[in-house]
Amino acid sequence: MAERYDCIVVGAGPAGAAAALTLAKAGLSVIVFERGEYPGAKNLFGGILYTTVLAGLIPGFCDEAPLERHVSKRRYSFVTGDSEAAVDLSFDAFNKPPFNNSYTALRARFDRWFASKAEEAGAIVVAEAVVDELIMENGVAKGARVRMEGGTVYADAVILAEGANSLLAEKAGIRPRINAADYSLGVKEIISLPEGVIEDRFGLEAGAGTACEFFGEALGPGVEGGGFIYTNIDTLSVGIACPVSVLKEKMLKPNEMLDAFKLHPAVRKFLRGGRIEEYAAHLIPEGGYNAIGRLVGNGVLLAGDCAGFVNPSLYKEGTNLAMASGVMAAETVIEARATGDFSEAGLQGYLKRLNDSFVMQDLKRYRDVPATLHSSTGLFKEYPEAVMELLERHFTVSGESKAAMHKELRRILRGKVSLWRLAADALHLRNLIK
Amino acid sequence: MDETLKPLETKTLAEKLYLVRFKVDSTSHLAVDDKACQECTARSCLFICPTEVYRWDEAASRVIVSYEGCLECGACRVACDANVLVWNNPAGGFGVCYRYG
Repeated sequence: MAERYDCIVVGAGPAGAAAALTLAKAGLSVIVFERGEYPGAKNLFGGILYTTVLAGLIPGFCDEAPLERHVSKRRYSFVTGDSEAAVDLSFDAFNKPPFNNSYTALRARFDRWFASKAEEAGAIVVAEAVVDELIMENGVAKGARVRMEGGTVYADAVILAEGANSLLAEKAGIRPRINAADYSLGVKEIISLPEGVIEDRFGLEAGAGTACEFFGEALGPGVEGGGFIYTNIDTLSVGIACPVSVLKEKMLKPNEMLDAFKLHPAVRKFLRGGRIEEYAAHLIPEGGYNAIGRLVGNGVLLAGDCAGFVNPSLYKEGTNLAMASGVMAAETVIEARATGDFSEAGLQGYLKRLNDSFVMQDLKRYRDVPATLHSSTGLFKEYPEAVMELLERHFTVSGESKAAMHKELRRILRGKVSLWRLAADALHLRNLIK
Repeated sequence: MDETLKPLETKTLAEKLYLVRFKVDSTSHLAVDDKACQECTARSCLFICPTEVYRWDEAASRVIVSYEGCLECGACRVACDANVLVWNNPAGGFGVCYRYG
């Protein structure tokens, strides 16, 4: 006789663990299958963890979760081949609880802890367990087939939280094959440096952290995407993200792009003397609202990256949306038990919950961001080059009169950028920061 | 010399891969289609993989897959024009195992 649970969760990342925790707290029997050696073994992000949802689930999380640094600084850097214009923002208010609900973290550690909280609440978390397919009966998911002995497990509902590379959701026909323009590839290194050096180098209070984003020609002239450095306690998360469609079209090699990014004068000064500890890569579903497809099927709900829940704007939130969607998927399963209707129609409460929350509202608000980025090629070449050349000329000390210099500046601007196009792009670019 | 005054450390891809923990299975979780790969004009897998798992063997006229160094990102699957790349999850607990993530 195969095992039976109220709910099966596939994947023990933030979405899956949040779902399992919520189900277990409500007294449902729940089993989580995680394909890695432990929860988090396959996971990474930039990254910053936004903790508003986590705080609701585990109120005392900041005393026990393996967090790195609270984020009280932001640095936005606009680069060309060898120059940089940066804005460095410091908010001392964010150095006090609740620390602006933002922390750097390392996912192999954080996800493991978070899944252990679901276990404490009563969920069964099985690591090293690959789900190969959903058990479908008359078009309704009734369970999962796990690649292990006695691996047939039944449940009223299955929450798919399998991550960006959503094999099961595709196999079950809920998601179409993933589209190269809707996914970015993130490649990153963990680089270690002494704690004090990180604080001095980035101008941080003890225990505080910063998030540095690099735009413009961070990945080379005309290449959409960007780079980042996030400060952990005694390591830096250094990486790049570029749409898969762009990598394909320009035939770019991600490892070489990361190496080039690290050597940029605006970046290498932060990494000096650091030691590479780990190299990692992951897909990021950055297609936003327009790339989101079906989120429920008969007996199935999609949560987290697998559903496409990443805010592709400057906010770059993912784990927070993952946790929120995991909670809402779980609440929907709990609700469906009252009627016993786990069909697609019976699970529509999930969509209502998502639509009423920041998850869908933010995704909708920034729905035009991916298309704007794909079409505004000037952002990754002409604009940064024009701005930096003008600034460089402006600050260049020579025997020339200021009047002659400013005349030359106007000539450069007209030669580099069509003012009509600039005006048109500026209208679109509002989408990125509204 | 003070460690932090040293220049930026650079490593080859092979050296970077030594730093990543893998539990390597005896069978590949990735498979290509020799005929379709021969006809493919893009062969995006050859450059898009962050660990260069795929290599073109000119003599054999086929793609060689070194699945052992796969970070399981899935970029090759998304990028495969012919949609012939078979991408399975490695066996439970096998494959990449991040220590930091």
